[in-house]
Parts: sequence; structure tokens; C-alpha cells
Amino acid sequence: MAADTPVEYIKHHLTNLTYGKLPGGYERADGSVVEEATWTFARTGQEAADMGFMAFHVDTLGWSIAMGVLFLGLFRFVANKATTGTPGGLQNAVEMTFEFVQGIVRDVFHGKNPLVAPLALTIFVWILLMNTLKLIPVDYIPSIAHALGLEYFKIVPTTDPNGTFGISIGVFLLILFYSFKIKGVGGFAKELSFNPFNHWSLVPFNLVLEILALIIKPISLALRLFGNMYAGEVVFILIALLPLWIQWTLNVPWAIFHILVVTLQAFIFTTLTVVYLSAAHEDH
Amino acid sequence: MEMVYIAAALIIGLGALGAGIGFGLLGGKLLDSTARQPEMANQLQTKAFIMAGLLDAVPMIGVGIAMYLIFVVAG
Repeated sequence: MAADTPVEYIKHHLTNLTYGKLPGGYERADGSVVEEATWTFARTGQEAADMGFMAFHVDTLGWSIAMGVLFLGLFRFVANKATTGTPGGLQNAVEMTFEFVQGIVRDVFHGKNPLVAPLALTIFVWILLMNTLKLIPVDYIPSIAHALGLEYFKIVPTTDPNGTFGISIGVFLLILFYSFKIKGVGGFAKELSFNPFNHWSLVPFNLVLEILALIIKPISLALRLFGNMYAGEVVFILIALLPLWIQWTLNVPWAIFHILVVTLQAFIFTTLTVVYLSAAHEDH
Repeated sequence: MEMVYIAAALIIGLGALGAGIGFGLLGGKLLDSTARQPEMANQLQTKAFIMAGLLDAVPMIGVGIAMYLIFVVAG
């Protein structure tokens, strides 16, 4: 690891593997100069920052896709092998998850839409799997990546705001889509203009309030998940700075506490998604 | 740079204060209503967990930011 001081160690662990475009004539960390604009991996945090907006966090993308594939593969495997006889442990676990999410959707969602329950299941299991990656000790996978020649590697996609905003903006687009589809453009506009105070003179005030409330939804969804996971990750990294023999006294309680946080955040993200979509389906 | 430590202390302290009051109210009301209507216990517990997650988020984010301030910005 290229980390000598604690500060470098923390910064190192909080930097994503970034693939982006360096501008022509850019001087890299080792002193060499890029002749013309090239797409490459960032070798320092400064380079990653200089790549600007159009840079890909390859580790976030890779691990989130891997977890998505794992989720689909696992559930498909279990569904194909499901028996009506005595189910095995795996089938039990999958059925419990399924029924849990079904319960949430049945309690909260009042409209009619075949998409919502699969969406809720996907969001719940996907976020749960991505969050669970965090319980892997912070140095294991980055060290393997380092041995393979990758300087930075951050495995938990939900500790990257790009990952959480990706999911919440997808949810936001669905909210908009169903609001327009179920209520119609007029109905949606009417709901936004007349909602808290039902009087024509207060329409501009209502509009500001309601549009703000609408836009804040994906932001709060994404930042809540990101903030919780990031804070936990920072604490795990700080614990990893202690001498090895004492680490377990802090690591074990924090990891156990985090089993709760990991599940709770996945649960809340799912529930709020269903609540928002349910509100989008209410036609007055 | 010493101000960063005071800022971090304020973030964690005030966050803990708010979370403590919030969890006290939430848990108290949960016990109250469960004692009054034990058959509602499961439903109430689920809803209380949603609230606990919402309540938990803000101080946790605060702790993360405070740690970042202490160890990265000041350190």
C-alpha cells in the first residue's frame, strides 16, 4: 500500500479506482507529461479530481454489477430448483426475503402496478448485498487489487455517492413517469399547485413548496444511504489503524452494530421507494 | 486548526443529543402504544424501525463528517 501516515492511509482507502480523461499537457504524479488527451486510470487522488465530471468509478460500477448479477443468479437458481417438499436452507432464506418484501409492498402500496413489487425486491436485495460487502475487512480486497496493479480500490458501491444517486435517480424517474401516467399532466400540475393551501392566490407558493419536496426525495434517499455507509466505512478504516492485537475489541461490536445498519438502510430505501411510488399512484 | 476539533466535538455532541432525545421519544411511545394495544405490536415495531432508520441517519452522517474532519482535514 502506498500509505505511510494515517491520513494517507484513510485517503487511500476512500479513493475510488477512477477511469477518466486527462487533458493534453497534463503533468502526472510521476512527473511524466501526457502528450494529448487520453483515457486512463488515475494514479493519485489529485489526478482523479482533475479528471472532472466525466470519469468512471470502475470499482463502484464493477461491484454493483457483480452484486446485481449475484442477486439475479441466486434467485433464478433457487426459483428453478424450488420444491414443494421440505425446502433447503437457501430456499428458505430466499422465500423469507421474498415474503418480507411482499409484506412491505402489500402494506404500503395501494395502487395497481405489477412493476412495484419486483422493483422493491430488486432494490432491497441489491442494496443489502452491496452494503454487506462492507463487512469484509477493509484491507483484504484492496490488497489483492494492489497486488494486481490497481492503485486504488474501494469495494462498497454504496459508500460512493455515484452509486446511491444512480439508484435514487432511477426511482425518481419512475415517480415522475407514474405521476404523469396515472394523474395526467393536468392532474399532476393541479396536485403540485393546490396541495398544501387550496387557494388560487397561493399557487406560486405551493408550487415552490411541492417542487422542492419532489426534488428533495431522491437527494434524501441517496444521501441517507451514502452517509450511513460512508460514516461506517470511515470508522472501520480508523479501527484498522490500531495495532492488530487490539482491533477486534472495537471491530467486532462495530461490525455487529453494522449488521443492523446495513439491513435497516436497505429496508428504509425500499420502504420509502414504495411509499413514494404509492403517492405517485394516488389519483384525486 | 484547533477549531476543527471543536467543530467535530460539536457535530458529534449535538448529533448524539438529538438522537438521544429522538430515540427516547420513539422508544417510549412504542412501549406506550404496545402496552395499550398488544395486538398492534408487530405493525408498530415495523414502523418504529423505519423511524429509527430515519432518525439514525443524521447523527451517523454527522459522526462520519466529524471523523473526516479530525483525521483527514486536521490530521
